[in-house]
Amino acid sequence: MSEVPAQTAHWNRQDFPAAAREMLENSQTRKNVQHATNVIQAKRNKVTAEMPDWEDLREAGAQVRAHALRHLDYYLTQFEANCTRAGGHVHWASDAVEANRIILGLVQQHQAKEVIKIKTMTSEEIGLNAHLEANGVRPVETDLAELIIQLGKDRPSHFVVPALHMNRQQVRAMFQREMNLPDLGDRPEDLATAARTYLREKFLRVKVAISGGNFLIADSGGICITESEGNGRMCLTLPDVLISIVGIEKVIPSFRDLEVFLQTLPRSATGERMNPYNSTWCGVHPGDGPKEFHVVLLDNGRSPILADKEARQTLQCIRCAACLNACPVYHQTGGHAYESVYAGPIGAILTPQLHSMGEGRSLPYASSLCGACYQVCPVKINIPEVLIHLRGKVVREDQATFAGKFSLWNIGMQAAAFLFKDASRLAMAERIGQIGQKPLVSKNGFIEWLPLMLNGWTQTRDLKAMPAQSFRDWWAKEKAPQANSSQRNEMGHDG
Amino acid sequence: MADSSNHRAAILGSIRRSLGASESLSAIAQEYAAIARTYTRSSMSSAIAVVELFEDRLREYDAGVYHSSAGSVADAIAEVLTARSKKSLVIPAGLPADWLSKDFAFGEADAFDAYRLDKAEGLLCGCTVAIAETGTIVLQNAPGQGPRILSLVPDYHLCVVFADQIVATVPEAFDRLKATSDLPTTFISGPSATADIEMTRIKGVHGPRFLDVLVVEEAKA
Ligand code: SF4
Repeated sequence: MSEVPAQTAHWNRQDFPAAAREMLENSQTRKNVQHATNVIQAKRNKVTAEMPDWEDLREAGAQVRAHALRHLDYYLTQFEANCTRAGGHVHWASDAVEANRIILGLVQQHQAKEVIKIKTMTSEEIGLNAHLEANGVRPVETDLAELIIQLGKDRPSHFVVPALHMNRQQVRAMFQREMNLPDLGDRPEDLATAARTYLREKFLRVKVAISGGNFLIADSGGICITESEGNGRMCLTLPDVLISIVGIEKVIPSFRDLEVFLQTLPRSATGERMNPYNSTWCGVHPGDGPKEFHVVLLDNGRSPILADKEARQTLQCIRCAACLNACPVYHQTGGHAYESVYAGPIGAILTPQLHSMGEGRSLPYASSLCGACYQVCPVKINIPEVLIHLRGKVVREDQATFAGKFSLWNIGMQAAAFLFKDASRLAMAERIGQIGQKPLVSKNGFIEWLPLMLNGWTQTRDLKAMPAQSFRDWWAKEKAPQANSSQRNEMGHDG
Repeated sequence: MADSSNHRAAILGSIRRSLGASESLSAIAQEYAAIARTYTRSSMSSAIAVVELFEDRLREYDAGVYHSSAGSVADAIAEVLTARSKKSLVIPAGLPADWLSKDFAFGEADAFDAYRLDKAEGLLCGCTVAIAETGTIVLQNAPGQGPRILSLVPDYHLCVVFADQIVATVPEAFDRLKATSDLPTTFISGPSATADIEMTRIKGVHGPRFLDVLVVEEAKA
């Protein structure tokens, strides 16, 4: 058996700033991404605005998810017991290697050379397709967008509409080539019909399917999958064997909790009141769906996140991608710049944590902290708060290393901290700065270039020169005497 | 799996280390019960308004909407099928016999074979509950609705919904569904659709491309 990459949630070719610069140069992609996110955003705003209880739904959703995470061990074992009782098999996988091993083992038990797949980010996270292919099993993606990505040997750039970075001409050219359809038209209908014909044969024939899961339902032992196209229902209904790989954080206490998430998820994700299909099932049901059902509960770096109380809310995510659509940084760069399965604001906080901050360390900085992601999040994850928290973590960890301690950045930051701690030190620094800046100030009163590492900042911005008199000096001269005397007057009245 | 149990212990151990001491079951239940659920449970008083909203939502999804009174379901079904030029439909076990007009062929099969269903002209079935606010029909594996495969493979789906099966909101639907939550359940909102290509909504990628709903009004007393 060939080895799999240990963890592939982060592709880690380069850091965000470098990857983003590359993406910014591709104007076609930017146009496609901006069009798609603008359309979804507008729809989302409309269908959430019509709900007078939207904020109550968000609050309930946040509380249910936070509660489930606080008692995750309890709800997972409850799910396991109920799913097993209903005839399902529950497996536990600490990491990507184990998850891949379990899934490949099940596929091989059934001598399957081909499997059909429902879109699942978890499977991207563990690099499942590569592992199956390396072992002679052909995975076929059945979600239209995932199929586009798979045939185009591309990577998903958004986890609700993974191929939003491609337009119809690009898709058509690829379908013509890969499906051998030289006369294919370029209307979206033509492309969807081509995919329908291409995949239907597989739905009817292939015996093993692999899915993810939107929710694990503890009190029924069931799983819920939400989708639009019907390919999900095909995969979870027609084959003899169904294997679902689901992150351990996806558990909700009760079937009834779906009444919250089936309202907030579709409205946030696709701007629809309800997505075309939601399916729930428990274990196996004679005469309905697969004869054998397996669920693989995947940890892969999730459980340690629970220990960090401030960042734990990251795991509340229900993967609606509303934060991506709302994010001005994502709008400009698209998903690939994050170099991660999980793009956008949620990716910026989830990816580094899944790697215990060992990878994706530049991602918490991939944000303007404008707060749009928090505003739209249907489970109220305070992403900006977590971003800042993680930035602090990155800085403190960096400072703890030898190279970090003596890096220019750290010395600069320490110096700044020293100055800001004491008013007289700051006043002194201001005076030195007024004198020191003189050679750098241009005629218009701006500093256009700074030396050393500060130079990066001025490459894209102009810095206004420090004024001859600081605000503090001005206040001390002009306003402080008056302020003091009026304060005395008031006190006199009171007395 | 030889070492899956090791992984189970490792994961649960790691969760418990992260979370600290676990609480008693009653404390967990209490905390769960205290979750603020201030959202709307039911929103409309008039049954007529609920039915109207349901139909509006269906039309927005491009589904066909038809009406019938309780006494003439068979005639109404026949009319819809004629309009759609359908001659024979698949039906689940337990569908009321008095829905079936003799002028059409209705085939009930015990073991549904996907290949045969793929050739079927369409499906006729009932539902468990329908949701007005979202234009949703909920099917469960129950008499008159059958296994999930039925509403999935045929290209055409005609669903009969009685007015008293339509609730206004999603939470009201869950009130009705909770007793049978372990049955295979499918929420259908319009025909199959995708917006994956340039955000244009396209009907019918994999599921039925055509959905018709026959709303049966209560017989007036
Ligand atoms: S963080 Fe919130 S907004 Fe972003 S994908 Fe997750 S649930 Fe949606």
